[in-house]
Amino acid sequence: MVEKQYTITDEAGIHARPASALVGSISKFQSDITLGFNGKQVNLKSILGVMSLGIASGSTVTIAADGTDEEEAMAKIDEVLKAEGISNQ
Amino acid sequence: MTSPLSGIAASTGIAIAKAFRLENPELTVEQQQVGNPAEEIARFDTAVAQAAAELEVIQQKTAQQISDKEAAIFGAHLLVLSDPELIGPIKERISADSVNAEFALQETSDMFITMFEAMDNEYMKERAADIKDVRKRLLSHLLGVKIQDPSMIDEEVIVIAEDLTPSDTVQLNAQFVKGFITDIGGRTSHSAILARTLEIPAVVGAQNAMATIRNGQMVIIDGLEGEIIIDPDSATIQQFEQEKSAYDAQKAEWAKLKDEPTLSADGQHVELAANIGTPKDLAGVLEHGAEGIGLYRTEFLYMGRDAFPTEDEQFDAYSKVLKGMNGKPTVVRTLDIGGDKELTYLDLPKELNPFLGLRAIRLCLEMPELFRTQLRALLRASVHGNLKIMFPMIATIEEFRQGKAILAEEKAKLLDAGIPVSDSIEVGIMVEIPSTAVMADVFAKEVDFFSIGTNDLIQYTMAADRMNERVSYLYQPFNPAILRLVKMVIDAAHKEGKWAGMCGEMAGDDIAIPILLGLGLDEFSMSASSVLKARAQISRLSKQEMASHTGHILALSSSQEVEAYVKGIS
Repeated sequence: MVEKQYTITDEAGIHARPASALVGSISKFQSDITLGFNGKQVNLKSILGVMSLGIASGSTVTIAADGTDEEEAMAKIDEVLKAEGISNQ
Repeated sequence: MTSPLSGIAASTGIAIAKAFRLENPELTVEQQQVGNPAEEIARFDTAVAQAAAELEVIQQKTAQQISDKEAAIFGAHLLVLSDPELIGPIKERISADSVNAEFALQETSDMFITMFEAMDNEYMKERAADIKDVRKRLLSHLLGVKIQDPSMIDEEVIVIAEDLTPSDTVQLNAQFVKGFITDIGGRTSHSAILARTLEIPAVVGAQNAMATIRNGQMVIIDGLEGEIIIDPDSATIQQFEQEKSAYDAQKAEWAKLKDEPTLSADGQHVELAANIGTPKDLAGVLEHGAEGIGLYRTEFLYMGRDAFPTEDEQFDAYSKVLKGMNGKPTVVRTLDIGGDKELTYLDLPKELNPFLGLRAIRLCLEMPELFRTQLRALLRASVHGNLKIMFPMIATIEEFRQGKAILAEEKAKLLDAGIPVSDSIEVGIMVEIPSTAVMADVFAKEVDFFSIGTNDLIQYTMAADRMNERVSYLYQPFNPAILRLVKMVIDAAHKEGKWAGMCGEMAGDDIAIPILLGLGLDEFSMSASSVLKARAQISRLSKQEMASHTGHILALSSSQEVEAYVKGIS
């Protein structure tokens, strides 16, 4: 399993457009991917799950991938978070 | 032929086409036991695939005909449709309890809807509507009930609806939609303004159209008179086809005036400008030969999205408009939200009287960062054309001074940073609050121009909500009370050597034009499609002669008397 923490820098937090881009880009991976925030964990492949956390700007979230393609999945997540301006680290 | 319906003439022209009812069907779900859950799951999978295929078509059409931004909403709907946390539990429910797919869908989606509706963030609450939208689409496939998407219309029709939301209207294709009729709304409602922009006839506030008109029935809309005729006989169709060609011929004649200056019969020049909402409206402005833009409503940049537009996005839009106008005057109104115009991502407290509440300049002064971002974008764009900045809803001189001081600060910062800014930007105000009209002589010493916003000026002067059909009789542009205020504003401007314009609906009205010409209005700003008609009318009027009537007109006692008198002299 690989795990990484991100600080959300988008001033609107994680809202529909970037969340759609993120969720849409990882659906093809086999690994189980979760997004943890504030003690709750959701499936990162679920747009409703991601949106339901109501993540605001400045929050720290934990993303974990577990499966045969976990490394590729994390690399993709890194790339999308930066490209969409959700997080810059 | 059924007896005619009527409503408010919201956009001129005549259309004859089949009716297309845009309705929201009732989709009722009952719990049923199924004998074979595996088959039920397969039925559900089919419905998901059908809904997805439909959404992909809508997404593509919207991207082609409107914009990628508007299409993005359907991309989000597709993701909901493939959401494992929604689809998985539905299938589990079907197989665990042997219930029908409709019921499992209803129950599972309800859980998410309740969760989003309970969130304390207005933007997240709105997402519940997206889930409902997707559920409706899925249910319609499961139940075999057809729901309509305005973007799927592919033959010439007249759309009949209870009301058209901004998202419905975004999907209307002007190639096929020849006109529309709505049961609610007034001349200044969103759908009415859109009809004038698209130049299709519309009748709004018809009240009984949905109850009366059936799908596929032949319908005539007379957008000049606000008449609707259902199932016309051949003689009536012939009569309206003649009227339609007469109207089209007149439009062709006006088109010849496109590149001519606006001159009255006695050779006096006035400026005819157009009102726009987005850079997309520029084509119409140029096509109709407007001499400038008298009102660029920037709030559309902020609407239909999920976060504030960035300074660069705004800079791009303003630059595009200024460049497109090629040096012609372009009046940009700073953000006018609040009131009836809400932003989903700006969580403002509900107000009892939003039209009298925290809106427009009041909101901008309360949230200065929002205001500064817009002003910086405008200042940076100013080098691309003839920019004039206008503050909306000014009630006191202090508000104007504060707005102008913030503008000066941002300008100084940009210049310090070496970013060029035009040094001839005029700064003016909308006159739409009676206090400002009354104090126009004081304002005139400090502003560069006035633009009278009649829609609000009338509503505030008459204390009549313009969205409320029951008091629409008080929406009286020709009431001498309004005309006297207009005169005060024009006279005050001229006394200080400033100019006065008008950017409300009234500026393009054929009864108002002779009065306004006589009162000395310098600039008339209207829907682009009204410009040529107004230019033709002004060319037949003598300004001096109209001026000789103003004393009499302002002494009349009612709106009806004014209308009757003006009809007699022009």
